[in-house]
Amino acid sequence: MSWWYRLWHPSKLEDQLEKELRFHLEQHVSELVARGCDPEEARRQARLAVGGPEQVKEECRDARGTRWLEDLWQDFRYAARTLRRRPGFTAVAVITLALGIGASTAIFSAVNPILFEALPYPHASRVTTIWDYGAEGSRAYVTFGNYRELAERSRSFEELAALKDWQPTLTGPDVPERLDGQSVSASYFRVLGVGPVLGRDFDASDDRVNGPKAAIVSYRLWQRRFNGDPAIIGRAITLDDNLYTVVGVLPRTFENVLGSTVEIWSPLQYDTSLPADGKEWGHHLRIAGRLRAGVGREQAQRELDAIARTPVREFSRPPWASMRRGLVLNSLQDDVTRGVRPALLAVLGAVLALLAIACVNVMNLLLARGAQRRGEFAMRAALGAGRMRMIRQLLTESLLLATLGGALGMLVAQFGVSALIALSPRELPRVNAIGVDGAVFAFALGVTALIGIVIGLVPAMHAHREDLHIGLRQNSRSTVGGQQNTRRTLVVAEVALALVLLVSAGLLLRSIQRVFAISPGFNASHVLTMQVQTASHRFDDDNANRRFFAQALDAVRQVPGVTAAAFTSQLPLGGDQFGAYGIRFESSAPAKQGGNESALRYSVSPGYLETMNIPLRRGRLLDTHDIAGAPVAVVINEGMAKRRFPGGDAVGRRIHVGPDDWAWATIVGVVGDVKQTSLAAGSEDAFYMTSAQGWFTDNPISLVVRGRGDVAAIKKAIWSVDKDQPITKVAAMDALVARSEAERSFALIVFEVFALVALLLAATGIYGVLSGSVTERMREIGVRSALGASRADIVALVVRQAMTLTGFGVVLGLAGAVIASRALITLLFGVSRLDPATYLVVIAMLVSVSAMAAWVPAWRAARVDPTIILRME
Amino acid sequence: MAAKSDLPQGTLDLLILKVVALGPVHGYAIAQRLQQVSRDVVQVPQGSLYPALHRLENRGLLAADWNETETGREAKFYSLTRKGRAQLETEAASWARLTTAVGLILGMSEGGAK
Repeated sequence: MSWWYRLWHPSKLEDQLEKELRFHLEQHVSELVARGCDPEEARRQARLAVGGPEQVKEECRDARGTRWLEDLWQDFRYAARTLRRRPGFTAVAVITLALGIGASTAIFSAVNPILFEALPYPHASRVTTIWDYGAEGSRAYVTFGNYRELAERSRSFEELAALKDWQPTLTGPDVPERLDGQSVSASYFRVLGVGPVLGRDFDASDDRVNGPKAAIVSYRLWQRRFNGDPAIIGRAITLDDNLYTVVGVLPRTFENVLGSTVEIWSPLQYDTSLPADGKEWGHHLRIAGRLRAGVGREQAQRELDAIARTPVREFSRPPWASMRRGLVLNSLQDDVTRGVRPALLAVLGAVLALLAIACVNVMNLLLARGAQRRGEFAMRAALGAGRMRMIRQLLTESLLLATLGGALGMLVAQFGVSALIALSPRELPRVNAIGVDGAVFAFALGVTALIGIVIGLVPAMHAHREDLHIGLRQNSRSTVGGQQNTRRTLVVAEVALALVLLVSAGLLLRSIQRVFAISPGFNASHVLTMQVQTASHRFDDDNANRRFFAQALDAVRQVPGVTAAAFTSQLPLGGDQFGAYGIRFESSAPAKQGGNESALRYSVSPGYLETMNIPLRRGRLLDTHDIAGAPVAVVINEGMAKRRFPGGDAVGRRIHVGPDDWAWATIVGVVGDVKQTSLAAGSEDAFYMTSAQGWFTDNPISLVVRGRGDVAAIKKAIWSVDKDQPITKVAAMDALVARSEAERSFALIVFEVFALVALLLAATGIYGVLSGSVTERMREIGVRSALGASRADIVALVVRQAMTLTGFGVVLGLAGAVIASRALITLLFGVSRLDPATYLVVIAMLVSVSAMAAWVPAWRAARVDPTIILRME
Repeated sequence: MAAKSDLPQGTLDLLILKVVALGPVHGYAIAQRLQQVSRDVVQVPQGSLYPALHRLENRGLLAADWNETETGREAKFYSLTRKGRAQLETEAASWARLTTAVGLILGMSEGGAK
C-alpha cells in the first residue's frame, strides 16, 4: 500500500484495522464457545485477553511508519478548517504577517545585491578604484597624467583603467538618440574581467590620440537599435557626426556597476604626451584597477602612497595634480555602496523591527484565541491527545498562517520592490540587480518558516502549561494569569519597538527639515535647467560652437515668461561630475598646507550669476565686456576670498588657472558660497569665468532659465537656431536640489511608513489586550460598580492599565532608541540623535494613541450592568 | 507462562516470519500456532502481534490480502514476500548460531576452566 494511498484514504485504512481486530476477537470468542464456554463469559474473557483495542490500534498506526505524514496531513486539514471558521481572525493575522514579510523581503531584495552579494565579476574583491585627495580630505577625480604615471609605475595591478562619462548622440536611419556612454582606457573590460560576447575587446591600438574611432555596445543597445544583427561587428555608426566602428558587443548578463545606464563605450584616446594645456591634466577621471592575485589592498595602498610621495623626473606633475595628499584606494564594492550603505543598513534595521512587531501582534492574536480555545484543548487532552501532539497541532496552525502570510507577502514584496526602485536615491548602485530572485525567495521562505515556528511556539507552550481541569470547567471564573502576563509583555515589546521606529523617523524628519532650511547659495525656485549640446562637425570650430550657444540663448530670452537665462559648464547640486582645477594666487596668504589648491571651474555666459541669484559680495559680476581678447576676468566665492585674503580685498588680485601659457586672470568680484555637491556638505570653492575667456569649450553645457517659461517653448527656441541639437536632462532646479538629498529622503519615507504601521500595530495590540482583560474582569467591574464605583472610576481603571503598558513600553523603547539612533548618525543633520523634542513628541504620540486604543474597552467596561453580571455567576 | 517481554528483542518478528512462511495465514491463526507449537510457552498478546504484523508489512517482509476463511468469514491473510523469505533465512541462521554459542558456554563443565 503506497504512502499516498494511506494519506488519501485514511478512513479505509482505519476500517480495515478495525475489521482485522474484530475478526481476532470474534475468532477468540467462538473458540472459547466451542470449548464449552458460556457466550457471555467467552466474550468477557476474550476482551480481557485482548486488552484495550484503542491502544492496540494506536500502536498499529505507529507501526505504519508514515504516521508523522498522516498526522501532519490531519493537522493541516484541521488547521485549515479552524482558520476558515474564523475568517476575521485569519484575515487580520495573514495581512499583518504579509505586511511584515513583504516589507522585509522587499528591503532584503534591495539590500542583498548592494551590501552582501559580491559584484558580478570574476574575483570581484580584486577590483578597486583609485581616487585623488581633494581639499578637506574629500575624494577627487584623477588626472590623466597621474593615471599614466600610476599605470607605468605601480606593480600591484594587473590592469588599470581610466574612465569618464560620455554622452554621444547616435544618428542614423532611426531618430537621433542621446546615449549614456563611457570613454575608457582599452583595459577597462579586462579590469572588470568581462569580455565581449561578439567581436573583440579594445586593445592598445584603439586607445591612441586621433586613432581610428572604435566602440563597444551593450547587449541591450545592440538589441534595441541594431535588432541583434551579428553583422554589426565592423559596421560604422555615427556618433556626434563621427564614424565609429563597432568592434564588440557585451554579454547580456554584463552589469556595469560604474555606470548602470551606460550602453556604449569608446577608447579614451587621450594624448600620452600630456600637453600642459589639454584635458589630460583635468581632475575628471575615475580609475579602476584589478589587483594582481595575492596582492592585498593594504599592500597596494602602500605602493600607491609611495609613488605619490616620490615624484620622478620622467613623470612631471603640475602643481594641482601633485598627489601630495596621497591617494585613496577603495574596493569597487565599497566604492559603489558607500553612499547608500548607512541608509540601507538603517532601513534594514527598521524593517526587522517592523517584522518583529508584526510577529508579536500575530502572537498576541494567537494567544487571545488560545484563551478562547481553552475548552477545546482541555477536551482533547482528556480524550488522550498527547501534549506533543497538541503542540504540533498549534505549530501546524501557525505555520499555515505564516505560509499564507508569506504567499501574500511575496505579492507585497513585488509592489514594495517597484516602490523602492522608484523612491531610491539616484546613487543607488546595482538597481538592475534588485528584484525577487532565488536568494530573495529563500529569504522570504526562511523568514516565513521562522515566523511560523516562533509565533506558534509561545501560544503552544501556554496551551501546554494550562491546567486541564480549569479548562474543562467552561464557566470558570479563574483568569489565566500567565497568559495575560505574556500578552502584556508582548504589548510592551510592541510599544517599545514602535517607539524606536517613531523616534528614528522623527529624527530623520527633523534632519531633512534642517537640511532643506539651508540655503544652497542660490535661488532654486522657478529655475528650469536642461543640457544643450552641439553634436555635429559643423560645430568643430569653437567660434561656430559659441555662435550657436549665443544665438540659442538670445532665442530663449525671447520666450514669454523667461526673465533671465544663461549657460554654465556645470550645475551646482546637479549630480554631474565636477571639474576641479588648480588655482595659483599671485600674492595671498599661503594655503594651509602650502602649495596650491583647486576649485570648481564654472565656465558661464555673462548673466549666469544673476540668473541663479548668487549674491555679489564685492566688486562686479561678469558681463558682456569679458570677451576674448579683453583682460581675463574671474569671480571667486566668498569662502576662498576670505581664506586667501584675510585682511584685504580680493578684488583686483590676480590668479592663474588653466594651462601654464594661459593669461593670468584678475579677480573682478566675489560672490556668495554655493553648495556644490550636497546641502549638508560644506561649500566647495569655485571660480567663474566667461566661456569666451576660457581655455576650452565645454560640450554639452547646461542652460538655466529663470521665470515661467514653458519647456516646449524653450526647446523650440533653441531648435529655431539649429533643429538637430539634442536637449536632455530637463529638470526644475528645486527638483535637483531635492534629489541631492535623495538618500535622506528615501530613508525618511521608509521610516515614516514603517513607523506608522508600527504605531497602528501597537495600538491594535493594546486594544486587544485591554478588551481581553475587560472581558475577564467583567465580574470584578460589576462588583465595583455595584459597590458604587462611578463610570469615570471604571474608565480610569482600564485607561490606567493601558498607560501602565505604554509606560513600560516607552521606558524600554527609549533605551532601544538611544542605542538604535547610533546607526542613524550619518543620516542625521543638525539634530542630535538624543534630540529631546523628537523624543517628547513621540512619547506624547504613543501615549495618546494608546489612550485612544483603550477607549473602546473602557467604554464597554463602563457600560457593564452590575445586576446582569452578578446574576450570570 | 511466558509473557511477551520474555521473548528476546526481535524474536517475535522471527517467529512470525517462520509461521507465515508455511502459507498464507491470518493474525489470530498466527497467535494460535505460536502458542500450540511452543506448548503454551509463547503467548503473544494482540497488542504486540498486530503492531508487529503491520511493521513487517510496512517493511515489505509480509504481504497482506483479504480472503475468506474456511468458515466463510473475511480475514486479512499474511504471506511471506521474497524479501521476507531472505530475511527469515538470515535471521534463522543467526539465531541458530547464537543459540549454539550460548549452549556451548552454558555447557562448560565447572572444572573446565583453567
